[in-house]
Amino acid sequence: MATRQPLLEVRNVSKMFGSVLALSNVSAQFYAGEVTCLLGDNGAGKSTLIKILSGVYQPTEGDYLFEGKKVLLNSPREALALGIATVYQDLSLIPLMSVWRNFFLGAEPEKRLGPIKGYDIDFAKRTVREVLGHMGIFIRDPDQPVGTMSGGERQSIAISRAIYFGAKVLILDEPTAALGVKQAGMVLHHIVRAKQRGLAVIFITHNPNHAWPVGDHFIILRRGRVLGDYRREELTQADLMNLMAGGEDLIKLQQELEALLKQPLEAVGEPAHVQEAVGAG
Amino acid sequence: MPAKVVTAAPGTEEQLVQVGLVRSVFRRVEIGALIGAVAVWLLFAAVAPGNWLSVTGVARILDPASTLGIMAIAVALLMIGGEFDLSTGVMTGTTGLIAGLLSTRLGWNLWPAMFVALVIALGIGYVNGLMVTRTGLPSFIVTLATFFVLRGANVGITRLVTEQVYVGGIDKTQGFDLARLVFNTGIDVFGVEFRSSIIWWVVIAVLASWVLLRTKYGSWIFAVGGDANAARNLGVPATRVKIALFMTTAAAGWLVGMMNIARLRSAVASQGIGQEFVYIIAATIGGCLLTGGYGSVIGASIGAIIFGMAQVGIVFAGWDTDWFYSFLGVMLLAAVLVNNYTRRRAQEISLAAAKARTEG
Repeated sequence: MATRQPLLEVRNVSKMFGSVLALSNVSAQFYAGEVTCLLGDNGAGKSTLIKILSGVYQPTEGDYLFEGKKVLLNSPREALALGIATVYQDLSLIPLMSVWRNFFLGAEPEKRLGPIKGYDIDFAKRTVREVLGHMGIFIRDPDQPVGTMSGGERQSIAISRAIYFGAKVLILDEPTAALGVKQAGMVLHHIVRAKQRGLAVIFITHNPNHAWPVGDHFIILRRGRVLGDYRREELTQADLMNLMAGGEDLIKLQQELEALLKQPLEAVGEPAHVQEAVGAG
Repeated sequence: MPAKVVTAAPGTEEQLVQVGLVRSVFRRVEIGALIGAVAVWLLFAAVAPGNWLSVTGVARILDPASTLGIMAIAVALLMIGGEFDLSTGVMTGTTGLIAGLLSTRLGWNLWPAMFVALVIALGIGYVNGLMVTRTGLPSFIVTLATFFVLRGANVGITRLVTEQVYVGGIDKTQGFDLARLVFNTGIDVFGVEFRSSIIWWVVIAVLASWVLLRTKYGSWIFAVGGDANAARNLGVPATRVKIALFMTTAAAGWLVGMMNIARLRSAVASQGIGQEFVYIIAATIGGCLLTGGYGSVIGASIGAIIFGMAQVGIVFAGWDTDWFYSFLGVMLLAAVLVNNYTRRRAQEISLAAAKARTEG
């Protein structure tokens, strides 16, 4: 187990923005056929790390290894060429465009018509229907604009597009953040399916309830550092919840809030407008 | 990969088919323009049936619609790509003046003069595109600047060279007869003269529609207008697409400029001023969204026909032509309202269907 080579690895990576240290000495390994959950609160450095992994940022210090070899990625395009696909929160889908146009955008299938080339629309529509059908999404009308589909369906389209175009690493940036329970469940299904296909899935979330059912490996970030790096068997769900919530921090916050409740309003020194509002009410 | 087919609940199948039919009708981008065209046609058919329902009437309508349509098609492509070009109208004047001055003052054959005008037009289009993509400024402002520069230069240079504000006698230059034959000649059909610019218009409409709907470049145009960043992330050369679209509107301006001098035998320094908004109106009536990413070449052509019908119909009906622009304003508003309604309707139906699928 320990001797396996990670598909993707960062070693002692730091990222500075001017004088602000966004990421400090972070090391992480991501394996094929596994779901690695990257957890952390807002501002923990999750977005900085995935932007380094997906080629948007270059690390200030440290190494980036893909299939055991050091690489330097200058753009998301270069990452994509290696098979590192990122599905961002805003999805990179064009809302007014149809499902099939979105699916093949930037990699359009073409057919020859004498000396000129046209878009192979039949192939595109057929393929989209098939590929999404495998994902459990049945498209009655491939001409439907993506903007009219549900959040879960859109995530699914973006994920299946990455898989179809041969991704080896699938980076998902908060794919379940804005979704209801049923829709989030749909996305978690796709994460498991992608893992079964042998992809290294990097699942960024701040919701341990979404991470726990699918994760093989959990990395918790806090203030730009790795707070913990655990295999699934080293943890219980309660441990994960506790780590995520910030453990001691949470207990401290709870005590503070209780103390606050016992104090009368006037004594706290509320801002003037709040007092006015209370007085007027 | 196992493909287990989940069967729909009984009874939903029929409902979905029905939804699909209603939606596909409402989703036609051109539906607003088509309704508008039929309404205007019926209006004038009722008011002035004698002239309106004749071959002459059709020829008269298609004459202004053809050159306007060519411009509206190029402008529609650019608008779908998410940008505006306010220098299109004045470009028809600039190119005509360049070709006219080079041929009449320097004694050039008209063809190389026209070629130079094309190169300059493409250059201006390239600069427009480059400025918009490099600076990130709204194209509305950038091309408004181009519009004023060209408008000034048109009058300034023409007066400097000819001491007048027009270039006459282009028909006496070498190569004029062929240019007239190619760009704008009268063709006799059933004893009525149709302009050959109509043929150009139809060919360009078919070609542009094919590129937009049936090639990858068309997808790229929709994508850069819908979300240029997302398109770029997926490998669409967004900057090149936008620059190419600005060059397309400039080239269309050149073509119409050549049609004008071939027909009028002269070029006027004020040619085309104010027309840029007419092109945008035609494209908008045809279903183009001002925010980009949506629209139709065929719709823009129908918009041009509506414009032609209004222009000719008001004369046929014996109304005061002063009211032409007011009529146009009402048409624009009505078409945009219809477009807005149909688009929202299509989305509501799709949204309801999506909800039914994921939650029901």
